[in-house]
Amino acid sequence: MRPSRKRRRMWIVVLAGLGLGSATALTLTAFQDNLVFFLAPSDIAAKSPGPDRAFRLGGLVEAGSLQRAQAADGRTEARFRVTDGPVTIPVSYVGVLPDLFREGQGVVTLGKLGPDGLFRASEVLARHDETYMPPEVADALKRSGHWDPAQGAAPPAASWNTLSPDTPAPGAQDRAENPREQRGG
Amino acid sequence: MPPVSTPAPPSAPPSAPPSAPPSAPPSAPPSAPPSAPRPLPASPARRPGVPPAGGGLHRFANPGRFLRLTDRVLPWLWGAALLVLGAGAAWALLFSPPDWQQGETVRIMYVHVPMAWLAMGGYLGLAIASLMSLIWRHPLADLAARELSPVGAMVTALCLATGSLWGRPMWGTWWAWDARMTSVLVLFFLWMGHAALVRAFDEEERGARAGAILALIGAVNLPVIKWSVDWFNTLHQSASVTRAAAPGMHVDILYPLMVCALGFGLAFAALVLARTRAAVMERRVRQLQLAQARRHDGGAAEK
Repeated sequence: MRPSRKRRRMWIVVLAGLGLGSATALTLTAFQDNLVFFLAPSDIAAKSPGPDRAFRLGGLVEAGSLQRAQAADGRTEARFRVTDGPVTIPVSYVGVLPDLFREGQGVVTLGKLGPDGLFRASEVLARHDETYMPPEVADALKRSGHWDPAQGAAPPAASWNTLSPDTPAPGAQDRAENPREQRGG
Repeated sequence: MPPVSTPAPPSAPPSAPPSAPPSAPPSAPPSAPPSAPRPLPASPARRPGVPPAGGGLHRFANPGRFLRLTDRVLPWLWGAALLVLGAGAAWALLFSPPDWQQGETVRIMYVHVPMAWLAMGGYLGLAIASLMSLIWRHPLADLAARELSPVGAMVTALCLATGSLWGRPMWGTWWAWDARMTSVLVLFFLWMGHAALVRAFDEEERGARAGAILALIGAVNLPVIKWSVDWFNTLHQSASVTRAAAPGMHVDILYPLMVCALGFGLAFAALVLARTRAAVMERRVRQLQLAQARRHDGGAAEK
């Protein structure tokens, strides 16, 4: 009697877990398109939300696109382009930019896309990519031409995450192994 | 909780009689009843309406074993936690390099990431304890779950707070309603809800049952938290350490993080074990008092 009751409870828990799990999975799949924190430039090119709707635009700050100018009220206006590769959208923002903001960095901006194609942002957030490295290592990568931060993400982590800051920049051998990482610089 | 995972019903009947008397003396002498020194705590615990169902003996054999085991393990656990955490804190705060773009702010990560891992790992532990409680009616699982949830809530709150402190200078905002942050906030509410629910009933067992069901339902949130940064586009970055490619973290930052995580993990385990120990002893004291009161009543009625 005792084992059968235990087994019955186990089956109830398993069945309830299966039901709950599949219900959650279905819900999440159904909402996957709505649960976005930001839209990429390509999403906007495919289906523009219209000039009246505020939304978040996310992507990389294009290299060489950042310009700062004095706005009419004396505050600094930043103009830059946000890109995800195929599509690029110009953004203008008046206000303080976060510490992590730079060319090549991921950003999420909240604002409205004007009919002139300029995205006027009321808020700019910087995204952090998932790489952590000491300044010396970053310098070594930059000096050796392995990486130009303005061009985008760092090279594959395996090529630098055990690099000692004291040793000279990675040699030509490394470069031959990762020929695709040599853009920029 | 390794000691909890030894319900072993087949071995319980033979081991219960020898283990019950040795476990009684530590708590018996203070009250020192003059009458027969039989193992009191075992029988009066059952309420009249609940059938004994054969588990009555192994019920209290296990907590006794748990008390003796943790009595030996806990000082070592505290010592190891202090040692590892001290070394990890010194390494992380003094001897590890800053990040090339975050600067010194990266050091918040040495608290934030272990807290996030513990929040989720602890909840997995809560779900396992709830499963054991619901299916096998393991008494220690109930107590462990009850004592786990306030610690888990604290750890999750620290994860949210440190993340917020990091997000303000780095992202430019204290908080964003993206999938990762929202799902961790839900985890915090689950911890708080569990802690409140198990304490909301006069009858402890009903509270434990309700809490276990809540904990198991809430476990759906765990994979959502883990993979939220991959399934949805979020402000929060995706995983640096646990990813298929090499860790996106330089070893000078990764190793102190690992030591900190181990130290916080040991401290978490020690805290939960100590709380569970206290709960087991508290329950014993209450049962002794109850038994004594009953005996008094019985004696009065016989006269």
